[in-house]
Amino acid sequence: MKKQSIQLLSISLFILMCLSCFLHPAFADKKNDTLNIAFSKELETLDRYFNTAREGIVIARHAYDNLLYRDPVTYEYKGLIAKTFKWNSDTEMAINLRQGIKFHNGQELTADDVVYTLNFAANPDNKVKTQRYSSWIDHVEKTGDYGIKIILKKPFPAAFEFLSGANPIYPKDYYSKVGTDGFGVKPIGSGPYKIVEVIPGQKIVMEKNENYFKDSPKGQPNIGKIVWRTLPEINTQMAELMTGSLDWIYLIPPDQAAKLAKIPSLTVTPAETMRIGYIVFDAANRSGKEHGMDNPYVKLEVRQAINHAINRDSIAKNLLGGQSRAVYSACFPSQFGCEQDVKQYEYDPVKAKKLLADAGYPDGFETTLYGYRNRDFAEAMIGDLAAVGIRAKLMIMKYSALREKARAGKAQMQFLTWGSYSINDVSAITSHFFEFEADDLSRDPIVKDLLMEADTSIDMPKRKKLYSDALKRIADQAYWCPMFTYVSNNCYSKDLAFTPYPDAVPRFFQAKWK
Amino acid sequence: MLIYTLKRLGLALIVMVTVSLISFMLLRVSGDPAISLAGEGASNEEIEFVREQYGFDRPLIIQYFEWAGRAIHGDFGNSPYLNQPVAQMLRERMGVTMTLGICALSFAMILSIPLGMLAAVRPNTWIDRIALSISVMGQAMPSFWFGLILIIFFGVYLRWLPISGSDTWRHFIMPTIALGYYATPAIMRLVRSGMMEVLASDHIRTARAKGLRWPKILFKHTLRNAIIPVVAVAAVQLGFMLGGSIVIESIFALNGLGNLAWVSISRSDLPVVQAIVLLLSTIYIFLTFMADLCNAFLDPRIRSS
Repeated sequence: MKKQSIQLLSISLFILMCLSCFLHPAFADKKNDTLNIAFSKELETLDRYFNTAREGIVIARHAYDNLLYRDPVTYEYKGLIAKTFKWNSDTEMAINLRQGIKFHNGQELTADDVVYTLNFAANPDNKVKTQRYSSWIDHVEKTGDYGIKIILKKPFPAAFEFLSGANPIYPKDYYSKVGTDGFGVKPIGSGPYKIVEVIPGQKIVMEKNENYFKDSPKGQPNIGKIVWRTLPEINTQMAELMTGSLDWIYLIPPDQAAKLAKIPSLTVTPAETMRIGYIVFDAANRSGKEHGMDNPYVKLEVRQAINHAINRDSIAKNLLGGQSRAVYSACFPSQFGCEQDVKQYEYDPVKAKKLLADAGYPDGFETTLYGYRNRDFAEAMIGDLAAVGIRAKLMIMKYSALREKARAGKAQMQFLTWGSYSINDVSAITSHFFEFEADDLSRDPIVKDLLMEADTSIDMPKRKKLYSDALKRIADQAYWCPMFTYVSNNCYSKDLAFTPYPDAVPRFFQAKWK
Repeated sequence: MLIYTLKRLGLALIVMVTVSLISFMLLRVSGDPAISLAGEGASNEEIEFVREQYGFDRPLIIQYFEWAGRAIHGDFGNSPYLNQPVAQMLRERMGVTMTLGICALSFAMILSIPLGMLAAVRPNTWIDRIALSISVMGQAMPSFWFGLILIIFFGVYLRWLPISGSDTWRHFIMPTIALGYYATPAIMRLVRSGMMEVLASDHIRTARAKGLRWPKILFKHTLRNAIIPVVAVAAVQLGFMLGGSIVIESIFALNGLGNLAWVSISRSDLPVVQAIVLLLSTIYIFLTFMADLCNAFLDPRIRSS
């Protein structure tokens, strides 16, 4: 009996001990001056020239500095590492650097670092993954300890955008010593935060750069430490936010964000992003010419009918919510050159049916709508199309599989999205899709000529006019059915003062505790 | 026994080669990996560059034999996405997955053996029904859903347990329960039927007639005989759990093989996915092979058949 009692007591004590271990309440880290954030994707490397994910842009804005800085509110270009910058000619830019900027290892940033980094990125032999960001550079020359000039291959008016949005500057000595592999796990920059710990696939820890130069247009970092975790599952991110283990998450689906918004300790800010959703048609008839498919989309009336059939406002308001809005031009409204005064196809199913009848399809037709994300949005489109007699089958595929099919000319109607790499210039979207490249399904020589001239003109009013003409023609010919802008739901602790911007790049260096 | 062992070994090797071949081919036809690796909106030239760099332009069968030849020597190549040796990535993450698998199996055993015993001792009573209901619920509930329920209850409302990560042993509690609960019914039913069979045998009747105490009969004479087939099934369940950890690890953000498989599939990191499929199937086949041998050793009828 005595032995049994001792056993019972031991078991009870053990259970009590175990339970006491569990009782650690979670708390937000305001008092430790640590901002806990989470992203879904693991970065392949922290070397910005060798990663392609949006998370790479976010890290780069914190750990590295660029030559220029684009004000996220006014879209004005300001000098960051550059003190002054100007065009010497259509293909030459002169830049003077600020003096006294230090990398995180204490070394001073000079012209040698800028020349080395940009020449490295522009050299195809180095096989950087983000070649489109630097392929416009022919070479960079040093003109003094703090002076450089950039020689372009041809006139490239979006150069300021790319120098501010991409192309961070690295320390020459360190990078050439450790290479991209070493730099990818132990990077050194000159940005407002320095990376102090990297556990691949799990977390990145950044600390405030106390020596960040005082007159930076980025401002001074406020929060002492940022712990960046990789959590692939959105539900897990939400649970961690609710318990206070995380202070900030984003890209939360609207229905889930609405639930988080009801929690008193959280703020939900649905902010519009540069990503737009659109339908693209095989107007150039590759499917018919190369694969013998019956292609109704060669007819202008059919493309216009679909533009009238889709209820853009309803999808933007009911499915995306927040600041999402309908778009009619093939670009994001804030982008340079994104003409808004184009033909607007209002939601009008009756007009759509008439146009279909005019095209020889009074009873509609059967077709397939291909897509790779947002099944719910695509299903709403299918419903709108059915209402005017177009019986569309929905085919959601992996992005790579859809891209392969589309580039083979086998996808006649696709629901796609494009984020323009957060570049606030029409060349990052319209020029990509209408200059006879692999993703150009309309192949209109008039549009192509207008865009190519605009892409290489540094006369801004002329450039704007050329883009305007191209976008008006794209709308008149209904090559696309632009539909809506996307929204990023930023969900964060009430203790955090945070401002999201349309380029969907969170700027924690501007955030602070309330 | 030797002939039986050799036959099973031959079969295991054929299964392994078949699994590796099918997984290799399926992954390749699920979409062009070069397009995924090149990123959104990459030009044809960029895609072609990636295709050539990683050898995706060569015939599939040649790619397979090259990969298989290297894999035999433990070289799974480099991850095109992370640019790291795949073998090193597997080594780094294996510990978390094995820990989770073994913990989950232990949890399943701890839950199912007493439940099975209770059900066997009181068959067709309310105790039996409750025991059966508890275990069947485990199989009926999708593990990702059960995982989320645990997170909401223990993580969000009670705040007893950490929700994600693998820093401490407390991080493994919820994933262990979510993964282990699924395996409970199979083990519990086996214990129940085994116990009932042994309890009805002559030597138990003799033991009871001799006046032995009930716990001694139950644990020493009944359970010991009934548990033998459970060991074999448990080995196979461990294989299931290692595969099933893909969903659980991504929900709880455990940095193991399952999580790696999940993210690698989404970014078309084919060498990593192939290596994980091969590794997990090899472990499963090995465990099944050992279970077969174990059964054959205990039951000569299996050997002769």
